[in-house]
Amino acid sequence: MAETVSTSAQDPSRRDFIYIATGAAGAVGAGLFVWPLIDQMNPAADTQALSTTELDMSGIEEGQQIIAKWQGKPVFIRHRTQKEIDEARAVDVATLKDPQTDEQRLVPNKDGKYEPQYLIMLANCTHLGCVPIGDGAGDYDGWFCPCHGSHYDSAGRIRKGPAPKNLYLPPYQYLTDTLIKIG
Amino acid sequence: MSGYPGYDPKSGFEKWLDARLPIVRLGYDTFIFPTPRNLNYWWTFGAILAVILMSQIITGIILAMHYVPHVSMAYDSVQHINRDIRFGWMLQPMHATGASMMFLAVYIHMFRGIYYGSYKSPREVLWIVGVVIYLLMMATGFMGYVLPWGQMSFWGATVITNLFSAIPLVGESVTSWLWGGFSVDNPTLQRFFSLHFVLPFAILGLVILHVWALHVPGNNNPTGVSVKNVDKDTLPFHPYYTVKDGFAIVVFLMVFATFVFFMPDALGHPDNYIRANPVVTPVHIVPEWYYLPFYAMLRAVPDKLGGVIVMFGAIAVLFVLPWLDTSKVRSMRYRPLAKLFFLIFVLVCIGLGWAGAKSPTDLVFATAVDEHGVATGFSFLWLARILTLYYYAFFLVILPVLGLVEKPKARPESIEKSVLKSNAGEA
Ligand code: HEM
Ligand code: FES
Repeated sequence: MAETVSTSAQDPSRRDFIYIATGAAGAVGAGLFVWPLIDQMNPAADTQALSTTELDMSGIEEGQQIIAKWQGKPVFIRHRTQKEIDEARAVDVATLKDPQTDEQRLVPNKDGKYEPQYLIMLANCTHLGCVPIGDGAGDYDGWFCPCHGSHYDSAGRIRKGPAPKNLYLPPYQYLTDTLIKIG
Repeated sequence: MSGYPGYDPKSGFEKWLDARLPIVRLGYDTFIFPTPRNLNYWWTFGAILAVILMSQIITGIILAMHYVPHVSMAYDSVQHINRDIRFGWMLQPMHATGASMMFLAVYIHMFRGIYYGSYKSPREVLWIVGVVIYLLMMATGFMGYVLPWGQMSFWGATVITNLFSAIPLVGESVTSWLWGGFSVDNPTLQRFFSLHFVLPFAILGLVILHVWALHVPGNNNPTGVSVKNVDKDTLPFHPYYTVKDGFAIVVFLMVFATFVFFMPDALGHPDNYIRANPVVTPVHIVPEWYYLPFYAMLRAVPDKLGGVIVMFGAIAVLFVLPWLDTSKVRSMRYRPLAKLFFLIFVLVCIGLGWAGAKSPTDLVFATAVDEHGVATGFSFLWLARILTLYYYAFFLVILPVLGLVEKPKARPESIEKSVLKSNAGEA
């Protein structure tokens, strides 16, 4: 009894060390265990396996828009009219909320040339994800999101309303002049 | 506390049990609790909430026996409950409208707390636990609404989860973590089901803390004057308030039953009878009525992150309310100015709900017609902006300043005196 007391009195740092080391190991262990519990909610391997979608755009009439699906998300493919392209190009880029030229909204084809008639964008409003109404809706002959009133122009650039960004572009490439691969 | 002798086990068995697990004593102390003798009907909503919470848990467990959390079957399984399951026609609307009843009661309960200053010392923790319960109720209600997988379910889920994408830098990763994919889809539905099942039990746990925190300082009361003499100012909770609460619960259940039996869909949105379609957004999406004021605030700000901050801030400000209100007088009965501003505040909250239900470009009233023949005037967007400003001003300017400048009316000396005086007045 007396011995025990004197041991701890002589050597307090030994107990402190064990105490702190145990606490630290416990904290690190708990941290390591919590991560799997959180990470399991991230997209699973099968969801993540980057699916690609091939799409033939030759059937889309001028002035028409179709909605394709890629990774579960809707994608707009619009065959723009010359008027819409001209309008998009006439805009002073510096005045835009998210400045991008019309060409920056496109991807060149195999020959390095643009196909300005085809505009390919993710269909979810960059505000809170609704699918805007197309067919020249809104104040800028592009898209109008009914959810909270965002207006996009004919290049899918945000012009008015709460959305912070232009409609996002999915990764895609031209396989031929009218065939694209999304993803 | 004379008059409140405490539990006195009589039989041998009661004594034996009390020495081992004093559970009867716990029940006794909870129900034979000194309660101010002047509580009015606004104080019955806590008990009403407790009853609906139990109803939600019971009907919820039953629905979970028949519901299928999968995008291809969720919608049909809810129809199956309504049409084929025995008494499903009653149990499903009980749960769905029960959520609305819960929010109706909680809003009355919270307004009561603000009017009578129940959040003030020494009840700050009680209030804060309440706000946490409210937040969990919002999360639970939201996830429950997603489960039937109709159009409003899907697009509500999309819009609300996208709120988190406004967080700088990590926003996109957070939303994809919430979704378990790249958009709201089956993984989202399944985790929402799991969380919607478990959160009510977390709420139940918090309600126990809430009542515990209530029983330390005891109830506030309509005068806001503290209990001074337990014998004269209070009555035992049972039978006086078990009966009063019981009466209020029965009346409330009549309202509840009216919705369940005669208008089960009145509080929902017809678009939720359309199956979820990830490529078509309904033209006018609105959340459930109890979120409308916050939805109006979200849309009042023309900036994404700003809107999200204003919306969540409206709830966050409730956490610090006990320290924003500088007045020492609890009850607004004796604060003529605060009473007026409170009344406006209630109307503002209702007005925000109205603005949230409308499209921002709709007009409250028209003042002119523009060159295209379209009416112009005062839009709901601007209504929402003005009301949002008042909402914040009430907490951040009016309550702090009023406490310093307002001259309160004379308060009764004690709860007993106030009761005797009002009885004499009626006679
Ligand atoms: C499931 C939800 C809730 C339940 C079951 C519940 C239950 C209760 C009960 C039984 C009481 C005592 C009786 C009464 O004063 O009505 C009470 C008091 C109180 N509650 Fe709640 N409550 C809930 C949510 C909330 C929320 C969201 C808040 C505020 C944000 C809140 C704030 C208060 C306050 C301040 C009191 C003390 C009232 C006073 O003594 O003047 N409660 N609650
Ligand atoms: S989601 Fe498009 S404006 Fe809000």
